[in-house]
Amino acid sequence: MAPSSSTSPIIRADGLSKTYRVAAKDPGLGGTLRHFVQRRYKDVAAVRDVSFQIQPGEMVGFLGPNGAGKTTTLKMLTGLIHPSAGKALVAGYTPHRRQANFLRRITLVMGQKQQLLWDLPALDSLRVNAAVYGIDEAESRQRIHDLAEMLDLGDELRRPLRKLSLGQRMKAELLAALLHRPEVLFLDEPTLGLDVNAQARVRSFLADYNQRFGATVLLTSHYMADITALCPRVLLIHEGRLFHDGSLEALTQRLAPCREVRLELAEPWPLEGLRAYGEVESCEGMVVRLLIRRDGLTAAVSRLLADLPVRDLEVRDPPIEELIGRLFVQGALP
Amino acid sequence: MRSPQQRPLHPLHHGWRVATALLASQYALMIEYRAEILLWALSGIVPFIMLAVWIESPAGAALGMGPTQLARYFLAAFVVRQFTIAWVMTVFEEDALQGRLSPMLLQPLHPFWRYLASHLAEQAIRLPFVALIASLFFLVLPWAFWVPTPQRALLTLAATFLAFLLNFLIQCTMACLCFWSDRVNALERLIYIPMLFLSGTAAPLEAFPPALRRLVEWTPFPLLVNFPAQLLSGGEVQIAAGFIALAFWITGLFLLMRLLWRIGVKRYGAMGA
Repeated sequence: MAPSSSTSPIIRADGLSKTYRVAAKDPGLGGTLRHFVQRRYKDVAAVRDVSFQIQPGEMVGFLGPNGAGKTTTLKMLTGLIHPSAGKALVAGYTPHRRQANFLRRITLVMGQKQQLLWDLPALDSLRVNAAVYGIDEAESRQRIHDLAEMLDLGDELRRPLRKLSLGQRMKAELLAALLHRPEVLFLDEPTLGLDVNAQARVRSFLADYNQRFGATVLLTSHYMADITALCPRVLLIHEGRLFHDGSLEALTQRLAPCREVRLELAEPWPLEGLRAYGEVESCEGMVVRLLIRRDGLTAAVSRLLADLPVRDLEVRDPPIEELIGRLFVQGALP
Repeated sequence: MRSPQQRPLHPLHHGWRVATALLASQYALMIEYRAEILLWALSGIVPFIMLAVWIESPAGAALGMGPTQLARYFLAAFVVRQFTIAWVMTVFEEDALQGRLSPMLLQPLHPFWRYLASHLAEQAIRLPFVALIASLFFLVLPWAFWVPTPQRALLTLAATFLAFLLNFLIQCTMACLCFWSDRVNALERLIYIPMLFLSGTAAPLEAFPPALRRLVEWTPFPLLVNFPAQLLSGGEVQIAAGFIALAFWITGLFLLMRLLWRIGVKRYGAMGA
């Protein structure tokens, strides 16, 4: 298939589904013997009918609890696994055919997995990558230099990988994954386990790379800071189904129909009196936190200021981490 | 994407660069494991044990091979075995189970090329150890010393490389079964016995009863050790038939491996990745 033109979506998932057949075994000796004599299987739907499109140059966050189907979707989009149903098209190619020209246009970075050789300096592995992707030596030296500068890597590339810190290793992995200048970056937890400074460095590198090369990024992360800093658009997947496709703000509104109003009063106020304005989340001394529906927020705040001895008032959204975390823990969607 | 487009390299130039880069990196990696490789080389002394058994046994004389010829055969078997060993099943299973296969599948290079490079690099590290062990052998048994004719030496080099390729393809073909069963390494145990006894490691094919020998000659096993070892030790051997059989098995296994890979990789679940 011919590569896509620049105006069409660079990533397209149409009704993408993946069902795994897994052996079902009861616990205990009886279960083991039954399993040995008559093996039973059950189908587990990891991804169900997921559809979305991503335009060239977009940075999209892919959110969801563990086991929601994020990584399975990424594996289908990179061609590592075949979909059970539906279609995927990435840079104009059907991923699971894994044609060489397709593989030259994409990359997948998995935070917990490495492609670099553990006992050798990263430069040795980079030399192999440059040869595999057909990048000539002068060009590959230039690219390594540029990427190393962006990632703040220097002599680390000459030290055996096993001697590097986790953050340095992750940066070297990113360099290896981007040496061939892929158009589409699939990043699965690229900041997992990194300290705050290293996370920030990787984030700023990704933003810089996207700006400089116009690359498309689909990013999964459990750190909301990655998503809020990089992705104007998010996809939220839950139990294999796409629950949200839009801005982070729209997701917040969808998950939290109320906003939080924090009041600091000049004198104590009876609880019954406060309930007239909204749901009382907490009341500690003279500091009160109320949850008020968005549609009546302006009127409620005006009444609060008129009726109560307010010393300070602050309106805020509940933190997105908290909302999504709550969603993940509850395991149910509104 | 605003990156400058690379001018595509000529396929031969590209292939040469990939081969040299892979071999150089794998050689550097194997240098790190040199002590382990020495131990592996030392562990391949089965032919020397078998030599001690045959040379002292009256059955040895019945083979029509005198002590000198027996000693040369088993030294040759040792040397050939050192350069025909393959361990694809073990590493492939590990790579598949631990998720290391996924990054390899996402590069425009078949993962088996990496394994081939690592085997060749390991052979280069093994070479001085084998030379040392062979020298010690001649110190202990100086009467067994011989220098093969240039023609036999060249034929041995070719036969040993092809025997390695055959063993490598047997391993690759069986490694493809990993897509159907997670623990394919157990199959290696299954082929270990025929590898040991039917390849000529435990005894030259001349020691086999005629009926068994005819049967064994229809399998690829004698081509792995017996054929190159007979060439090296100056024994009687059907040279053309040996090379034709090697070409037949290599072609057949290559096609079978490709078919199994094509079907199997669709089942890959990218576990651990």
